[in-house]
Amino acid sequence: MSSTSTEIQHGPKPYWNPYLSGIGLGLVLLLSYIIMGRGLGASGAFSTLVATGVSTIAPEHAKSNEFYNEYLSDTTKSPLKDWLVFEVLGVFVGGFISGALAGRIKKTVEKGPRISVSGRLFFAFIGGTMMGFGAKLARGCTSGQALTGGAVLNVGSWAFMLAVFGGAYMIAYFFRRQWK
Amino acid sequence: MNAPFYKYGLFGDDVSLVVAFIIGIGFGFFLERGGFGNGRKLAAQFYFNDLTVFKVMFTAIITAMIGIYYLSVIGWMDLSLVYLNPTYIVPQTIGGLLLGFGFVIGGYCPGTSCVSAATGKIDGMVYLLGIVFGIFIFGEIFPLVSNFYNSTPMGQITLSQLFNIPYGILVFAVVLMAIGGFAASEWAEKKLGNKIVGPEL
Repeated sequence: MSSTSTEIQHGPKPYWNPYLSGIGLGLVLLLSYIIMGRGLGASGAFSTLVATGVSTIAPEHAKSNEFYNEYLSDTTKSPLKDWLVFEVLGVFVGGFISGALAGRIKKTVEKGPRISVSGRLFFAFIGGTMMGFGAKLARGCTSGQALTGGAVLNVGSWAFMLAVFGGAYMIAYFFRRQWK
Repeated sequence: MNAPFYKYGLFGDDVSLVVAFIIGIGFGFFLERGGFGNGRKLAAQFYFNDLTVFKVMFTAIITAMIGIYYLSVIGWMDLSLVYLNPTYIVPQTIGGLLLGFGFVIGGYCPGTSCVSAATGKIDGMVYLLGIVFGIFIFGEIFPLVSNFYNSTPMGQITLSQLFNIPYGILVFAVVLMAIGGFAASEWAEKKLGNKIVGPEL
């Protein structure tokens, strides 16, 4: 049955025009700079989570490690009472609100037609692991470095951004079965 | 009243956490609006089929960059109080390459995987577990990599200081570059386009 223009549209709404979403994102980033004097982030919240977890299970081990300690140094409050942790909680809520308004909340696995679900999930875990490791080495991720540092013309952030795009294009051909 | 408000003591740490939560909501909302909760759409950037990642990212960067520039030029925002992540050029470039690999292999970056998980995507949730595991590995081997992590420090430095180009001229050049990139993206999408308009159903 073909749909006519008078019919009510069902199913998910299309994504916004990229330039419109980009301006929205840019204004949120600008607002963060104006209100807080800092930009956005994501991976830092997960570092706090990992450091807190390790410190709960093995406190002495965490204390002897310089990396974990950076997230645990202020003993007067819980390490989870952290700016980035609250910001990332907001990201989950904001993503859910936008998805719900557009009818895009659905339990699914995003993948190309030529890979199995378990194959896709395996690669998702491997990719996430590389991303987590890389983001710590680079002192930030696409949010904390590329967007945030990009807007204030930070040298390291621009080098980082070129490397992200370069690295992705370098190996994209070999992983095309996942997506195409 | 001058910006950044927090640095001028307009509110304390507890209120800053509420601000963080609200800013996060805005961040997540616009990421999802643009289609960044969908790994297929993000990965399509690297096959030139759908260049939304580039367009959204660079529109966001130039929007914020222009705003920060003008607010500092009129003297309302004190740039010296704005946090600038110090540059360690080699570990940041290598880290960036690893991130790029992770992006194509897994389909997300940390922020976008949160939005993906929040909208029900199992691959986004698994990706998040991977991030946590990757950070844990980094933490555990930190004593071995800390020398490299702290190598090639350049301090807090902007491109304008590095190349000795006036701030305003550089802002203008980046805007021109981005507009050129947008035009090239629109052209490439017409040639190779296979736009992804919604989630897998």
